[in-house]
Amino acid sequence: MQELLNYISSYLSSDQTPGGAGNFLWALIYILLVFAGLSVAVIAMNWLERKILAHMQVRLGPMRVGPHGLLQPFADALKLLLKEDIMPDEADKLIFWVAPFIVTLAAFTVFVVVPFGPTHAITDMNIGILFMLGVSSLSVLGIVMAGWASNSHYPLIGALRSSAQMVSYEVAMGLAVVSAILMTSLNQQGTGTLSMIGIVEAQQAQGTWFVFKLFPLGLIAFFIFAVAMVAETNRAPFDLPEAESELTAGFHTEYSGFRWSLFFLAEYSAMIAVSSIAVTLWMGGWLRPFPNALSGSTWNLVFSLFPGITFLFLAGMCFYSTARMPKHPYFRIQTAGLAIFGALLALIALVLFIPAVRVRIQDIYWFCIKVAAFMYLYIWYRGTFPRYRFDQLMKVGWKILLPMGLGVLILTAFFGLWSTTHTNLWHP
Amino acid sequence: MTDSKTFSPLDLDTPEKPYLDANELVINMGPQHPATHGVLRVILRLDGEKVLGLECVIGYLHRGVEKIAENRTYTMFNPYVDRMDYVAAVSNGLGYCEAVEKLLNVEAPPRAQYIRVILTELNRIASHQLWLGTHALDIGAITPLFYTFRDREEILKIFEKYCGARLTTHAFRIGGLQYETYNGFEQDVKNFISFFKPKIDEYEELLTTNRIWLERTKGVGVISGKDCIALGVTGPVLRASGVKWDIRKAQPYANYKNFEFEIPTGASGDTYDRYMVRMIEMRQSVRILEQAVAGIPEGPIMAKVPKVMKPPVGEVYHSIEAPKGELGYFIVSDGSTQPYRVRVRPPSFVNLQALDLMCRGQLVADVIAVIGTLDIVLGEVDR
Amino acid sequence: MVAKFKREYGSGIEPLTYVGQNYMVVDRSLIPEILQRLRDEEQFDYCVDLTAVHYPKREKQFDVVWVLYSFSRNERMRVKTQIADGESLSSSVSIWPTTNWLEREVFDMFGIKFDGHPDLKRILLPEGWKGYPLRKDYNILQQDSEWVQINLGIESGQ
Repeated sequence: MQELLNYISSYLSSDQTPGGAGNFLWALIYILLVFAGLSVAVIAMNWLERKILAHMQVRLGPMRVGPHGLLQPFADALKLLLKEDIMPDEADKLIFWVAPFIVTLAAFTVFVVVPFGPTHAITDMNIGILFMLGVSSLSVLGIVMAGWASNSHYPLIGALRSSAQMVSYEVAMGLAVVSAILMTSLNQQGTGTLSMIGIVEAQQAQGTWFVFKLFPLGLIAFFIFAVAMVAETNRAPFDLPEAESELTAGFHTEYSGFRWSLFFLAEYSAMIAVSSIAVTLWMGGWLRPFPNALSGSTWNLVFSLFPGITFLFLAGMCFYSTARMPKHPYFRIQTAGLAIFGALLALIALVLFIPAVRVRIQDIYWFCIKVAAFMYLYIWYRGTFPRYRFDQLMKVGWKILLPMGLGVLILTAFFGLWSTTHTNLWHP
Repeated sequence: MTDSKTFSPLDLDTPEKPYLDANELVINMGPQHPATHGVLRVILRLDGEKVLGLECVIGYLHRGVEKIAENRTYTMFNPYVDRMDYVAAVSNGLGYCEAVEKLLNVEAPPRAQYIRVILTELNRIASHQLWLGTHALDIGAITPLFYTFRDREEILKIFEKYCGARLTTHAFRIGGLQYETYNGFEQDVKNFISFFKPKIDEYEELLTTNRIWLERTKGVGVISGKDCIALGVTGPVLRASGVKWDIRKAQPYANYKNFEFEIPTGASGDTYDRYMVRMIEMRQSVRILEQAVAGIPEGPIMAKVPKVMKPPVGEVYHSIEAPKGELGYFIVSDGSTQPYRVRVRPPSFVNLQALDLMCRGQLVADVIAVIGTLDIVLGEVDR
Repeated sequence: MVAKFKREYGSGIEPLTYVGQNYMVVDRSLIPEILQRLRDEEQFDYCVDLTAVHYPKREKQFDVVWVLYSFSRNERMRVKTQIADGESLSSSVSIWPTTNWLEREVFDMFGIKFDGHPDLKRILLPEGWKGYPLRKDYNILQQDSEWVQINLGIESGQ
């Protein structure tokens, strides 16, 4: 018994990821936590996308299911689960069945190496970024399988578009990633790392986010990645594989119900995954703003209060909306629901103010808030951009992003070498 | 003149081999497809994504409007024309009423003419707004749709206040108008003008210089003015190809000759030019509205027409500039209360013929853009 | 212009005017030539419309009407000819490509055939429909119930 408790508690003092500490139980707990957190994030994303997009388009978005449509994602999930699962007669049954699972699996497996904090990752591989890129490209396999197995024209075209698009943007994406990895080696020892945690620590050690490193090279690499990641996830303005107006729904035209919702889930978790890569590589991962310049216990305290303040702010918005709800008996339950939701957020905020919690949670908070900024960008793109045509998409990928990526890589190598040998030039 | 071989019928039989082995792919777009604006069915023959040719299959919405006309009196048929181009119902009504008036040899009084012009121009704006929203949606920009629908609502409100209907208005009667304007009609129109002017800028801000929009529309679906004339394509499509022709100017009807406005033209005849032409047309419509609402004369709104209309034996062709192009009515009277034959010359039907020419050699995504830019309404194509 | 044609073709052409609109009734045999000349010599480069009218009591049952417009003259002109049931006209697709669908519609609605049309088939009604709806002897409630039964699986489409 004592041994078991030791086994459980030993991890807490080990200052490592569960994978790194070799603690199987905690790894399992982390996996469940990440999975649950991701599901909540997808649900929240679903609601937020509808609401934000709606407000960009002078409409309200979901308003009926729950206060301000808060329960809409749950209603949708329920509907999708209860829906009849249609499989076309002519479809290749096995592949049709497997495809959504591959896509979902690829999207979720990526999170094994995503570092939410110096110790908050399931594991820390020394080839973390490679693993991430590798696994996330597996999803194209699922998409091609889905399009092929549907045995129908539109999905086929959608799948072909998708594979061509993902493969070509992966090249530019890879080059951008390599230039970021190159930056990790700009230290005294001259050794770089592929580990996700190592990359963030390198940014801390070098005292700058890589997006500002060797300005503007880091920024350009980041820009290339930011464009390529939108294309990788098949989102507007690169949503050609599922271009609704052209291909009805692209590769998942023939899918319905639960299987369709898996694609949906995979799309959103892939968005979160690539945003995580971007945040880790260029935006300092879990690091709070100015960890070196504004250090000291006072600043630490100030920044560790942010998570609680954010939730308090959200709770305050809920209470404000509660006060603004129509005073009609019909809306009584909705008003109460909103108030309860606000109270829940306030409660979370209070929990986040507890010193023991806030110290542990703040890394996760900063990571999540950065990812959320990317998610907002995704929605913003969708609200403002028309869709590229296929040849233009390829042109952007091969003729603009790829040469740019190559150039940035070479220049990074060159100036990186220079800056390490002439130490006082850029970073005194 | 256009080479006639471009219009040869296509060999669109499905290849005997399974499609994955064939080099060419025949795909069926519609009649249930999100971007065919109704029940248009297009059979596309593709090489990869390149369009080798296409054939339109229409008639899914055929209601036999022309046959119905022969079995109704002149007055009774009037509401039916609203159901053809249902997004520009007022224009349809104007064309029909004026054609019958010509047959009866009466003319609507000036006050009625002014109100007709106001309503028709409002309807032209509404029609272009609907086009803009759906066209942008087809190209992937989802936001303009909601902006245009928000503003179109203001026009529909004026219609609703005037005649009680929003879409199929049946606003005009043969010989003039049935209803006098409501109190505050002029003010409503004036309010709309001042409300709408900044809104056009808003639409343009979203699209006109948007890089992706430019890439998607410039050089897409090019048709020359010569081809337009040969194919009978009219309206903004013809004007975007550089032919400065608008029936409102060329053969003025109603009292358009009293108003000052310009005919916008494009240079290259591509999708972007058609977009610009329609945007400018909306501004010109606002200009006409300003002049018309300032000058509504007093007087009767109905000419002296007999209760039972029996136009003398004869035939008449009258056409107007509908938002989509030349909308013509060919009416044959045999002296009875019912028209002997009513032929509608629908602009959408004729314009749709150009789809094949405009799409050849382009990509699938361009087909969608071209269908959108032709601004067809299937209710009018199929009648 | 009309006078010139009248001089050349004599009784084959009869120019008329009604409520200020010009039209000419042309003998069926002269139609291809007249249309060609109207476009080439008189710049009627835009064929607005092509339609037909059915007069069942006449010996020559159909009036076929071309509505033409000239951009350079800003003038409209209608050409009319009479043909009997079963007779055909030569297609004017080579003169104005726009008449492709217009001729198909006339064929669809009246059953008038156009020789030389590249693809003369029904356009608004489905392939295989029996009857020509815009003929006067086609009742407004009439439909091809056999077609409806086979293709839609219902007794009546109304």
